[in-house]
Amino acid sequence: MTETIRFLDYAPAPESTAILTLRESYGLFIDGEFSDGHGESFSTISPATEKKIAQISTADASDVDRAVAAARRAYSRTWSKLSGADRGKYLFRIARLVQERARELAVAESLDNGKPIRESRDVDVPLVAAWFFYYAGWADKLDYAGVGPNPRSLGVAAQVIPWNFPLLMLAWKIAPALAAGNTVVIKPAETTPLTALIFAEILQQADLPAGVVNIITGAGDTGSLLVNHPDVNKVAFTGSTAVGRSIARSTAGSGKKLTLELGGKAANIVFDDAPMDQAIEGIVNGIFFNQGHVCCAGSRLLVQENVKDEVVDRLKARLSTLRLGDPLDKNTDIGAINSRAQLDRIRELSDIGEQEGAERWTADCEIPKTGFWFAPTIFTNVSTSHRIAREEVFGPVLSVLSFRTPAEAIAKANNTPYGLSAGIWSSNGSRVLGVADKLRAGVIWANTFNQFDPASPFGGYKESGYGREGGRHGLAAYLTSAARESLGQVAPSSAPIETPAATKKATK
Amino acid sequence: MAIEQATPLAPHSLAPAERAIQLIGGELTEKSLRLHLEGLPGVDAVGLEARAAALGTRSIKTTSKAWALDTIIELIDLTTLEGADTPGKVASLVAKAINPDPSDLTTPCVAAVCVYGDMVPYALEALGTAGGESGIHIAAVATAFPSGRASLPVKIADTRDAVRFGADEIDMVIDRGAFLSGRYGLVFDQIVAVKEACRREDGSSAHLKVILETGELTTYDNVRRASWLAILAGADFIKTSTGKVAPAATLPVTLLMLQVVNDWYRLTGERIGVKPAGGIRTSKDAIKYLVTVAETVGQEWLQRHLFRFGASSLLNDVLLQRQKLTSGHYSGPDYVTVD
Amino acid sequence: MTRLAVPKTYKLYIGGKFPRSESGRVYEITNATGEFLANAAKASRKDARDAVVAARAATGGWAGATGYNRGQVLYRIAELLEGRRAQFVAELRASESLSESAAQLQVDAAIDIWVWYAGWADKYVQVAGNGNPVSGPYFNISTPEATGVVAIIAPQESSLLGLVSVIAPALVSGNTVVVVASERAPLAAISLSEVLATSDVPGGVINVLTGSAAEIAPWLASHADVNALDLAGAGDLDGDLSWVDLQIAAAETLKRVLPPENGIPAPSVERITFFTETKTVWHTKGII
Repeated sequence: MTETIRFLDYAPAPESTAILTLRESYGLFIDGEFSDGHGESFSTISPATEKKIAQISTADASDVDRAVAAARRAYSRTWSKLSGADRGKYLFRIARLVQERARELAVAESLDNGKPIRESRDVDVPLVAAWFFYYAGWADKLDYAGVGPNPRSLGVAAQVIPWNFPLLMLAWKIAPALAAGNTVVIKPAETTPLTALIFAEILQQADLPAGVVNIITGAGDTGSLLVNHPDVNKVAFTGSTAVGRSIARSTAGSGKKLTLELGGKAANIVFDDAPMDQAIEGIVNGIFFNQGHVCCAGSRLLVQENVKDEVVDRLKARLSTLRLGDPLDKNTDIGAINSRAQLDRIRELSDIGEQEGAERWTADCEIPKTGFWFAPTIFTNVSTSHRIAREEVFGPVLSVLSFRTPAEAIAKANNTPYGLSAGIWSSNGSRVLGVADKLRAGVIWANTFNQFDPASPFGGYKESGYGREGGRHGLAAYLTSAARESLGQVAPSSAPIETPAATKKATK
Repeated sequence: MAIEQATPLAPHSLAPAERAIQLIGGELTEKSLRLHLEGLPGVDAVGLEARAAALGTRSIKTTSKAWALDTIIELIDLTTLEGADTPGKVASLVAKAINPDPSDLTTPCVAAVCVYGDMVPYALEALGTAGGESGIHIAAVATAFPSGRASLPVKIADTRDAVRFGADEIDMVIDRGAFLSGRYGLVFDQIVAVKEACRREDGSSAHLKVILETGELTTYDNVRRASWLAILAGADFIKTSTGKVAPAATLPVTLLMLQVVNDWYRLTGERIGVKPAGGIRTSKDAIKYLVTVAETVGQEWLQRHLFRFGASSLLNDVLLQRQKLTSGHYSGPDYVTVD
Repeated sequence: MTRLAVPKTYKLYIGGKFPRSESGRVYEITNATGEFLANAAKASRKDARDAVVAARAATGGWAGATGYNRGQVLYRIAELLEGRRAQFVAELRASESLSESAAQLQVDAAIDIWVWYAGWADKYVQVAGNGNPVSGPYFNISTPEATGVVAIIAPQESSLLGLVSVIAPALVSGNTVVVVASERAPLAAISLSEVLATSDVPGGVINVLTGSAAEIAPWLASHADVNALDLAGAGDLDGDLSWVDLQIAAAETLKRVLPPENGIPAPSVERITFFTETKTVWHTKGII
């Protein structure tokens, strides 16, 4: 028997980067064209190699003004005058172009973000296309969006997105905004601007009218200028709770409609009657998907005490088969941490976990010499008061806690200021639905985890933000109706479905 | 002839199979076996299939691929199970088993040749004259293969015949009807009896592969229970299918059986073999199975005594791929032998 | 000789009980011409805190009840209001200086609004929820549910109708409320509390504070255990307090904030759904 090689150390199978033609530097995409920003430019690097990919512009206040003005012009002159059917056709075009250039986008995403090509190719980019397809069809059906009669767009939407799913978050933001008839100024994260800028080329290929989508790059200051710009009507932000809080503060009283998709500390609850092999996969997918850079990651594993040891043992065995390394290798399961800063934060919180008495276990995998890496890590003996059980690590770090009864599981799962997502693993259908009812989280995955779909609303309770993205609910975030406005911008419609006659008289 | 009949909850004792007694304990009954099997964790079909699909996306290149192709050949039970089988056909198959690619003598030989019991003497004869050094086993299907619809004495006689003819391995089928109607004890006792029939006069035993015919068990929960039952009763291998029922081997079913085998190993330290059979026709498919084995139970399972492919047309596709890897250009069907 | 009347003591309504303000403070309620009507309790921040505790404790039971059950409980309030129609008409006439017919219209409207909202309790989920056709073998459904504890600044100019128009919609989905009543005319709110106390509404589901909205509201807006803020009546508060400051305070814990209204909010299903969270549940679907 030939036993000369370790089959599991599959020979490298790198995705070719030849498909990707990048420019040396990228400007801001404003009014349908690239132009230089007036802030200090910066370079975007590959987190796997720390090598520079391209030089990126920074938008300063004057650039933000230009972008918002372009969006306003496009809104009043073009986009708001277009029929829903035509807006839909543009979105369909974009969806097709994304599919046609899917491989290129996947390679660019993995290069810039550090996520495995397997994920960018099989998850991110297909979902981007799906998002545009889904909302394309809504554009001429807004009367059915459930926001009251004669729904209308809001105007200019300011959108700021994170680095964990750069192109997918862009799609989540742009597709419903355009379908509803808004124009957009969007800012990708400073560590992952690349796919957004390639997407700008797609918009040119789609012949989208100039100014309907403007893509500006830069760091937090640029984002702050954008969301606080007086001429925007809608602000949509995905990112940290701290930044979300400051946006909620700074937009207070402005009449801007606001949706926030923020952090999470999801519980993944495993009952002793769970389909165990699938639960193990779900736990792994829940926290190690995208290096744990997922706001809805199942970072707190709550296991019924009588199966805890078994689950932990199986998890460790399974994690030992995960392959960490080159994001562009098709067999890589765990890619690079997105930035030095994020790596430092993961390390810091993990060290604190150890200091607080939790037991650390790290998968034995070889760490490349350059780039930012963090091996899959599990903490056992974690109690609810530990910081790793409360704070969002946003990395491949799982905290294991146990429970004895369903009531205890629910109490522990809900014991967090966050409320984005949760998982339940049990073969008892009645218990699954009963527990799902009691969990305070916007997305509950039962016997699965980290599933996303354009038809499915996504968003959190409590400090995980407000508003939903995806589905009919996601569309409503970009619409208003005449009746709604009498309550102020963020108010719900006062459109009386059937106003009691006496009220009308009394309020006259 | 007495009609084998046992009501599912009859407290009658089952054959004292060693593994079952160790795991379930003392007085083994229909009821204790049932409680044990029904206590196994459930399977979520969606999660299982998603995991199998993910394993199927591994990209195997260059050295890994060369190793994988040779390993596939080494793990094949080259099979002919036709009503039209003849000594000549079997001899020709054996020749191919020994020397799969006459144009490249570095090609490894397959693990075994799998035939009907009455063909065993011809297979042995062919093997004896053509290359005894190969280590190729002769496997025989038995127990009224493929349906299993015969009385236990007939099944035992079928098995004994094949063993007496010199079969190294017996591929038996379980009574799916009994299993689906909940008569787990009956299925169990039959496996134990066939296992006993595998014993040779010198005290050694032919290896027992238990075919679950997963295409007829239908649900993943049934596959898990049947796998567990077969192992408890003494199976050396659990095998997916006869190849006569569709669907035969699928990646999710094989993954599930590997998970059972892994559970058994974690529990007892004992390694049980797995054999997907039927429907695996291309190298690409077979490589997915290798990946699945390596990433669930580990690469140590990729040995002849722990993993097999039951296949006939797979071998030629692997040979074509192997020729492509050696020569650098694509080969064609006329460059491999038809048998 | 005319009979000497027995005046009513107006207190707070917290956790199903009628406590005085822990601060011991009261303030004078007068009619439009300045005549003394009653002393009302002047709630402090600690009363607000107690009310939030009571409201939080009541969320499980109220949100956990079936929509049908909540609908019946809310409808029962309408029945009781109808029975006390004359009392509320008299109170509105005194405190808001309304004519008999105007006061009657207000009371009738308040009762009708209860009935309208009561009917929504077992229906709004069907209007606001969705089955989602996801691309995969998953059952996927989105349903709204109560957000939790809602703090409300009631309309200041309409002491009964305004109050009912803000608390009823919040209650429909199972929220519990802490409401700051009209500062100038809080008497109807306390009388409504007496109705609630004798109805089937569990204690703590509705908590009524009287006193200075400008003083209490910031504590509610910044309270970490309050999930949402309805600033319906916060547009014209006394003093320097702006409703925007309240919204800024609410941002600290990402509360959902409904901005001020001009006048009395019209009945709307959006007023119900604003104080809900959409929960999307996925489950695998497989037959084998």
